[in-house]
Amino acid sequence: MSEQSNEMLHTQYWDLTYVSGPLAFLKNGDRFPTGAILDVHLPDGETRQGQILEATKTHAVLQILQGTRGVDVKGTSVSLRDDAAKIACTTDVIGRRFNGVGDPIDGLPPVVPEKELDILGSAINPVSRAAPNDFIETGVSAIDGFNTLVRGQKLPIFLGSGLPANELANLIVQNAGTKGDDEPFVVVFGAMGITARETQYFLRAFEEGGKGSQVVAFINQADDPAIERIFTPRCALTVAEYLAFEKNYQVLVVLTDLTNYCDALRQISSAREEIPGRRGYPGYMYTDLSTIYERAGRIRGLRGSVTQIPMLTMPDDDITHPIPDLTGYITEGQIVLSRPLHRQGVFPPVDLLPCLSRLMNNGIGKNRTQAWHREWSNQLYAAYAEGQRIRKLMAIVGEDALTELDRKYLKFTIAFEREMLGQGTTRRTIEDTFAIGWKLMGYLPKSELTRVKREVVDEFYKPLDDAGNPIEQTVAPLENAGERVGQ
Amino acid sequence: MAVAEQNTVGKLVRIAGPMIEADGMLGVQMGEILRVGKLGLMGEVIRIEGEKIYAQVFEPTDGMFLGEEVVATGLPLSVELGPGLLGATYDGIQRPLITLQQSSGDFIGRGLTAVALDREKKWAFTPTVSAGQEVSGGDVLGTTPETSVITHKILVPPRVSGKLEWVAPAGDYTVLEPIARLEGGRELTMMHPWPVKVPRPSAKILPPTEPFLTRQRVLDMLFPIAKGGSAIVPGGFGAGKTVVEQAMSKYCNAQVIVYVGCGERGNEMAEVLTEFPELIDPNTGDTLMNRTILVVNTSNMPVAARDASVYTGMTLAEYYRDQGLDVALMADSTSRWAEALREISSRLEEMPGEEGYPTYLSERISAFYERCGRVECLGSKAEGETPRIGSLTAVGAVSPPGGDYSEPVTQTSMRVSGALWALDSALAYRRHYPSVNWNKSFSLYFEGLKGWFDQNAPAGWLERRQQAASLLQRENELNDIVQLVGPDALQDQERLILDVSRMVRENFLQQNAFSDADASCDLDKMFGLIDSILVYYEECQKVLAREVPLTKINELTVREDLARLRDEPNEGFTEKKVRVVESVKKALSELEIK
Repeated sequence: MSEQSNEMLHTQYWDLTYVSGPLAFLKNGDRFPTGAILDVHLPDGETRQGQILEATKTHAVLQILQGTRGVDVKGTSVSLRDDAAKIACTTDVIGRRFNGVGDPIDGLPPVVPEKELDILGSAINPVSRAAPNDFIETGVSAIDGFNTLVRGQKLPIFLGSGLPANELANLIVQNAGTKGDDEPFVVVFGAMGITARETQYFLRAFEEGGKGSQVVAFINQADDPAIERIFTPRCALTVAEYLAFEKNYQVLVVLTDLTNYCDALRQISSAREEIPGRRGYPGYMYTDLSTIYERAGRIRGLRGSVTQIPMLTMPDDDITHPIPDLTGYITEGQIVLSRPLHRQGVFPPVDLLPCLSRLMNNGIGKNRTQAWHREWSNQLYAAYAEGQRIRKLMAIVGEDALTELDRKYLKFTIAFEREMLGQGTTRRTIEDTFAIGWKLMGYLPKSELTRVKREVVDEFYKPLDDAGNPIEQTVAPLENAGERVGQ
Repeated sequence: MAVAEQNTVGKLVRIAGPMIEADGMLGVQMGEILRVGKLGLMGEVIRIEGEKIYAQVFEPTDGMFLGEEVVATGLPLSVELGPGLLGATYDGIQRPLITLQQSSGDFIGRGLTAVALDREKKWAFTPTVSAGQEVSGGDVLGTTPETSVITHKILVPPRVSGKLEWVAPAGDYTVLEPIARLEGGRELTMMHPWPVKVPRPSAKILPPTEPFLTRQRVLDMLFPIAKGGSAIVPGGFGAGKTVVEQAMSKYCNAQVIVYVGCGERGNEMAEVLTEFPELIDPNTGDTLMNRTILVVNTSNMPVAARDASVYTGMTLAEYYRDQGLDVALMADSTSRWAEALREISSRLEEMPGEEGYPTYLSERISAFYERCGRVECLGSKAEGETPRIGSLTAVGAVSPPGGDYSEPVTQTSMRVSGALWALDSALAYRRHYPSVNWNKSFSLYFEGLKGWFDQNAPAGWLERRQQAASLLQRENELNDIVQLVGPDALQDQERLILDVSRMVRENFLQQNAFSDADASCDLDKMFGLIDSILVYYEECQKVLAREVPLTKINELTVREDLARLRDEPNEGFTEKKVRVVESVKKALSELEIK
């Protein structure tokens, strides 16, 4: 704490001049530094917290976390609490539950901090970053096989209301730490504006899966002050960075629901009378979100890592809505859930085509998964996309108008959704996923599988008939026919 | 550059995110660099109101008090130009990230200063001028080997001229030690500063007649750009902008690459930093890092520095162009830069234009792309001496919100750049990479490049290109029909077109950036691939004319050989292709006989 602020600590000032929405204006704007945390003393004795957003000579803008109801300009006073918003960091936080700004809500006393860190953090120097390349086996085929998650990645889940995203997130959490190594693992859970039911689900599910003691939870529920949501992900990530980069933990951060976070951001922006951007969200939302998402990664020479799974609801299932859109531009891919698949009873209902993992290539291949993993995935992707196209075409022109090859693709697509995607809650190893993929390719003629190297196709390809039964081959029809050239 | 005799010192009166206001700053110029507050954060003046100035600050402003001092430096935002830039990684204001790491650890601290060029390192200087010679801006004073393949030319800074009084003998010098002195006492060193927002002058702009080859089939064949040209790559998230930019950085035929990561991901930069030192430049055999300068300003680093980073990158690129080299500037992503302009503009409470962007957005973007070009470099030349020619090609990624091209950044960039490589999410979803949409993309350089391709590319290039483009166009029309009545309603001839255009898409346009054999494609392979498909098409037409049904053709296994041709490496490709084409012809002619 600087000298200047030290002497003002706990001195009360009756500076309030204007109150609107979550904000209050203070006269004598040069009293506090920007970013400072103030105590706001209400006339009835209640104390709330606020943060200085902006300072000018004449006034400062104070954002009051617990809302402005009951705040007046006569009796309410403010005093400096801290230079910046900070959070107590120690390994004792593991297993504890906090509210959205880091106060304990599990009935236990506050933790004794080893360090108090500014929740804003600072940017990791890009040259200090280690390129993420450790494969995390999540046990979910759609992720492991096609959109591989690696340590240090940020891979969001885009969901629509009513889709079982929480269950998918839980599945990932349960499996992510159990890769065949004994690195210490911890889940940091940051909840923003989710319902009590969802909170209960997560906490219980973590507990039942045996991860309860490895969870640090920061919970801002739907009925908690919206402004606190601005702090929640930053508290969670500050603790995550501390555990990863100072205590060598492998940290998985699950943040839900970023849509509520962005709405809180919009609320403050509109109270500050800023020029709104798309759909009323502030123009700096990309930058703001990046200061959350970019706090994933690994650092050269350190063992720990911060992996992020942010979850967000696409309003009206619209992936072009500013929240998923800006998120997708920052994160390293996305997992998108599909309503039609969910209706068909496929779990997890992952809409594979718009999904992506940008870091997949670093985590797969020889010595990690299989040398042909990328080709295998490309082949199935391309075939599934072709099948989807044919399915749409069929809806218009009818099945009779399709060609023989089209029908094979259709069979493949149906089987793919049922067998590959629809794995239920069972955990699948990457080898299981590969085996299913090779089996499904059997629905297609061998000559269609040009994305995989010929030797690899020869090794794994087993043709299936339309009912999905293996075709006994006496003569491999494509193998020996014709003269091989180009080899 | 004027250096203020005494630095103006004012006081901070407002802090609003990346923008500050300071009072008592009379005499400070627009664009001047300030040191703000106790930490000495770097800022740039963007508005003056009497004694009050507004400035954008390149570092986070949290925790500052009003009343803290603001000191004017008298200098505009400048970069240091000299040997030692290649292989370096800078932030947006040209601070070497390695130095920052040494001074503040793995997380970037604030108020750090770091010089861009190593002050200790000695460079072997060989003079090419002698005392008594008249020199002017752009003249080569001498050379120093900067990397194993790039010889750095030490230039007289633009706007400087005079008679050389003294030239240092060949030997090792640091960038600060004088290597020449002009009459009147002005000393020249191997390094000189240059303000980033001022384009470096050149003698003459030349027409863009040489191709900037990217070794990406869809780009070089269908939408080639010229050296000195510019292209934009817009695409929704996940469409593959970064992969395209990185593939170009690896394989394009430029000698120097400046890669600006503006408001993008830290992990991507980590990948580049891990990968590039290990990759070998196919043209020179040196590592890629030795021809690359990275300017990195990730999305969570301060927004104002994004504005600086694109100009820093551009100026570094111009400097190597002035040495007579072919330089490529990759800017990923220009939209983040535009957003930074928007954010600062909104803090200044300027009247917004479209979608909240400032009204001067198009001016800034145009001025940026206009700094590209193939030029005759500045510098005097002897009678009959061929002028030094350099080029600066820029490829700017654009990230349109929601993938909607009608937004201002895409529209403005499209107007000023010479080529559009439109990335398409629908193609990316099907894992068709690079997801360049052949219906939406264009290149205005093609006409000017025809002559080059005619002379230098394999014979028949222009013809085959035209045939491939027509085929894809025909596919579009047929697909409209299929959507209505189904593929069954088509004649075999038409189905053949669908079949062959699918081959063009899958075996030619698609290119696997992660496959060793396919990631980089030379002109011979490019031509060989498209030629093999089109020969197949022509032969099939003959077969169909003899009333052999298409289903018979589709049973041929040689089709698979055709499809797998693209996995053959560049070396020896043509021979492989000839063999496959022969067997295709044979198989098809046998069909005819039966």
